[in-house]
Amino acid sequence: MAIKNLPVEECMIPGSAACPGCPATMALRIVFKALGKNTVMVVPACCTAVIESLYPNTSFDVPVMNIAFEAAAAGASGVEAALRQQGKGDTTVVAWAGDGGTYDIGIQALSGALERRTNFIYICYNNQIYSNTGIQRSGATPYGAWTTTTVGGKTEFRKEMGEIIQAHHIPYAAQACVSYPEDLYNKLKKAKDIKGPKYIEIMAPCPPGWRFGMEKTVDMGIMAVETGAWALYECENDVVTFNGKSKLILEEKIQRKSIEEWIKQQGRFSHLFKPKKDVKRIKTIEDHTDQIWERYRKKYL
Amino acid sequence: MTVMIDTGNYIAAKAAVMARPDVVAAYPITPQTTLVEGIANYVKTGEFKGDYICVESEHSAMSACIGASAAGVRTFTGTSSHGLLLMHEMLHWAALARLPIVMCNINRVVGPGWNIWTDENDPISQRDTGWIQFYCSSNQEIFDTVIQSFKLAENEKVLLPVMINYNAFILSHTSMPVYIPEQREVDDFLQKYKPQWKLDVNNPITFGNIILPADYEKIRKDMQNSQENAKKLIPEIAKEWKKKFGRYHGDLIEEYKCDGADHILLAMGAIGSESKVSINNLRKEGLKIGLARVRTFRPFPNEEILKLGKQADLIVIDRNISIGSEGALFSEVKASLYGKSDTKVHGFIAGLGGKDVTYNDIETICRKVVEGKAKDCEWYGFEGSGK
Repeated sequence: MAIKNLPVEECMIPGSAACPGCPATMALRIVFKALGKNTVMVVPACCTAVIESLYPNTSFDVPVMNIAFEAAAAGASGVEAALRQQGKGDTTVVAWAGDGGTYDIGIQALSGALERRTNFIYICYNNQIYSNTGIQRSGATPYGAWTTTTVGGKTEFRKEMGEIIQAHHIPYAAQACVSYPEDLYNKLKKAKDIKGPKYIEIMAPCPPGWRFGMEKTVDMGIMAVETGAWALYECENDVVTFNGKSKLILEEKIQRKSIEEWIKQQGRFSHLFKPKKDVKRIKTIEDHTDQIWERYRKKYL
Repeated sequence: MTVMIDTGNYIAAKAAVMARPDVVAAYPITPQTTLVEGIANYVKTGEFKGDYICVESEHSAMSACIGASAAGVRTFTGTSSHGLLLMHEMLHWAALARLPIVMCNINRVVGPGWNIWTDENDPISQRDTGWIQFYCSSNQEIFDTVIQSFKLAENEKVLLPVMINYNAFILSHTSMPVYIPEQREVDDFLQKYKPQWKLDVNNPITFGNIILPADYEKIRKDMQNSQENAKKLIPEIAKEWKKKFGRYHGDLIEEYKCDGADHILLAMGAIGSESKVSINNLRKEGLKIGLARVRTFRPFPNEEILKLGKQADLIVIDRNISIGSEGALFSEVKASLYGKSDTKVHGFIAGLGGKDVTYNDIETICRKVVEGKAKDCEWYGFEGSGK
């Protein structure tokens, strides 16, 4: 689907309270275009709870139920069951959570809903931080990144959520990026037509959280993919297919760009470059990325 | 109508299924387990036609109930003790979202150390969540209260969740004969749930987004008004039930032999029913004593207690303690009287950790008060060296 052919209908309506350059709103537009108005959203504590705008207004033209931080997947299980009981099993139920609500506090409820084969799409928009609370570390924050709770840079690597999801052997899981709307759209369309639990994670570069200019959101996402910091793939019934540039990197048809090119444009890594370059830590990031891709190649090629 | 002889949990499961919820989401915990097992059996027999979500925690149980109720269907769950405490955040959420979820909570001690016997610190610690709280004293009352609670919760003047409390093992695992009405009679009493608003793709509304202080305060006030409305509706529903089924367990309180009493005992749950034996015995001894069994802790029966306080001195037995203060019922009874009656109120903490409170114990407590030997507040039968 070419971007010019995406549906013109918008369920992300004016009046949102998002920051300029927000990747979540960009992704939400695509989500609604793909899923349509026969959709119910379950939103835990995350930036989107703010983006929705203030009561009694809303910037969403689909029904939304806000719920507590760790409860998106469980809440969605209840919504899905209730709609099915009312003969509305054709409505798409979406849990829309950030990486904090997915990797950390919400992982138990998510795992439970996947194991129960809940018929819903769980979407994690991953900006690699607790951004709504003011940029704290999450399980998705990469090694070396500054956050307000990792002031000298995070000392641990991020979780491989994709592999955790795959261990549930659900019918469909995918990684996407806000910078590739056609790919995201196609993945959502595919997920919509599959019964059972679906998981889609969207890389969502956050201008204030990562410390880059609001006009650079799309660039940061493209570079995340081109440097191999993020991989685009989908997993259908345990068969993994890499997409776009990630496929070429996997097959070694192109070399991934160096992570350094990506991180040097983000203020959250500036301590690795100033006052002098921290060669050791930058190498650690590069080596870790290589290890991830070696593992991918062993498993998926 | 048939008679079913079974434990409190299986009776609660029967009542829940007869109320025809569309969604039950639950997680097992001793001593609630046989309740969720009971519902699972009704799934197998086909008597329960709704969706039974076996979640991975009590937090998710309440979250799933919230999702289902918000999507417009009748919803039931059950828990106990630590399970209730794990739900705490979502108990607030359910009440603030004005979702008429009905839940049984089997009163069990909170650890450490691990102890599965009964006391009432689990629901008392949740009293400020906005839930209506019933305390039952027999399996028949459990059955009747579960059905009545859906009617109460779903009333447009209430729209608050209801917690039906009953004591671990004393009721949950003790068989008693219970009258079970026909399904059509229950259907006639409890009409299908039709929510005023729900998650509806034809009428997209955002529920629970960011709200400014003045609007938030309105929600809190409206919840308070709704608890006040429940004070009027609980007796009306009990009256209707009595008319239809001939059974009545009291309104916010159940008065027992209070006529002409100069001392009235107040207690909740199983101690409330045990107390009836004590009252009979003490009356035989010539003591002018009655019982007011408190059925609802929320809404709290302030007016009823004030009326009793103008008639008699009050004796309160609490199977809970608000550490650093006193028994919760004792506190609230005194608050109900403040400035309006200077009757004496004596408080007793009894039965914590599941210690037995027999009719003999209750008689001893009452005699001590009547004979003028009781302090304002004391621990009954305390066996340790602590003061």
